[in-house]
Amino acid sequence: MSLLDKHLGYRAPLDGIRAAGADPSSVRFDAVLSPTEGVLGGKNVILLGTNNYLGLTFDEACIEASAKAVREWGTGTTGSRFANGTFSGHTALETALAKFYGRKHAMVFTTGYQANLGGISGLVGRGDHLILDADSHASIYDAAKLSGAEVIRFRHNDPEDLAKRLRRMGDAAKGSLIVVEGIYSMIGDVAPLKEMVAIKKEAGAYLLVDEAHSMGVLGEKGRGLAEAAGVEDDVDFIVGTFSKSLGAVGGFLVSNEENFDLLRIVSRPYMFTASLPPAVIASTLTALDRLETDKGLRVRLAANADRLYDGLRDMGYAVGPHASPITAVVMPDQATAVMMWNALLANGVYLNLAIPPATPENKSLLRSSVSAAHTPEQIDTVLDIFERLGLEYGLLQRSRRASA
Amino acid sequence: MVELATDLTVREVARAAETVLGRSVQVTPETDIARDLAVDSLALMNIVMELEDRFDLSIPLDRLATVQTVGDLSDLINKLRVKA
Repeated sequence: MSLLDKHLGYRAPLDGIRAAGADPSSVRFDAVLSPTEGVLGGKNVILLGTNNYLGLTFDEACIEASAKAVREWGTGTTGSRFANGTFSGHTALETALAKFYGRKHAMVFTTGYQANLGGISGLVGRGDHLILDADSHASIYDAAKLSGAEVIRFRHNDPEDLAKRLRRMGDAAKGSLIVVEGIYSMIGDVAPLKEMVAIKKEAGAYLLVDEAHSMGVLGEKGRGLAEAAGVEDDVDFIVGTFSKSLGAVGGFLVSNEENFDLLRIVSRPYMFTASLPPAVIASTLTALDRLETDKGLRVRLAANADRLYDGLRDMGYAVGPHASPITAVVMPDQATAVMMWNALLANGVYLNLAIPPATPENKSLLRSSVSAAHTPEQIDTVLDIFERLGLEYGLLQRSRRASA
Repeated sequence: MVELATDLTVREVARAAETVLGRSVQVTPETDIARDLAVDSLALMNIVMELEDRFDLSIPLDRLATVQTVGDLSDLINKLRVKA
């Protein structure tokens, strides 16, 4: 009898995936050459599953800022902001984020996961009501547990279902917190935010939007879905991350709420963890500046997203409802998904194998994310490989070229 | 009367489980949801969502902490119905 016996139900599925030739959880890169290329097992692969939307991980200005900061400030803060103090970079980044979003307040967390955990659990607690989209990220569900709030789920991206559940709650709907995501990480679909804002206003609820996958991606200024949908004034809280479009690690919460500073002493995932190291803060600040000043990044990202999505859809693959930097190809079953994932990797394409229970409707997905740094030629190479393997494994009926 | 209500709720739990799982299930109040029905936490949340619609009721997820059997779940629903 071991403490780990309770997890033995996962043994057979994990062994099954390993027996199929590879284990996504143990992919080890020998080297990362650029935002779009890595080396795996001595072989170059195109990186198509790294959430590196703007391709800034190798941006020279970001690297220089980071190197300068590590020399001037050292490798780490070795403690929390509360205990060890704040470095000037933390404050500068919070000021820059507040300005970017046009909000009064911002606070920075050590990871994006903790931004949801610490933000949401700081905002709602026992006796409060938290309303979640059913397909919410694990960090939002974990935040719900930590908060102790009463949690109600509504059907994914369904404003009518949200309205129905709020009505059912009666007086408790007023003052409740609704949480949605800008772009959902598995399929790449977008929340119908305008409709949800109308419902939230009618109910007198608060709205938090997690723009983790939409910051730097959506909106004229790159502020995300709230900007793109034209409803920023009605979104009370925005959570985001530095680990995607900004190419580092960390997360944030911005808002105009009064007494925002109290979150710093009630949010346990903020208080009881070491703050971000200076090098990360410095590259993030520089990346935020790049995001704000270089609109070409978003234009190239959108073009690449369209190219991959249209290509896969036209071949006959089942993809999400619309083009987005995240494109998920729905596989008929888990065994096929594992087989295709392995075959893509063997042919030089790295993307994400997403299998239940981490996926909506228990689907098995090949999840890709494109970058502004991908060249059109790289996207075309990926499409050619997808087509060849799809025909080989009987996932596609006929050649795209033959049908053209 | 109480027993009747419980039987009815148990039957609704079974129907909600069948909708979510896409297979038929045999349940009694003693059925362990995770072990006997092979229902993971996500499927359970989806079953609860179905039940909310069937009973036109809010079932906050934090209440599920004490739910292990179908009987526990139907008791919870009956309690919430009385309150509502």
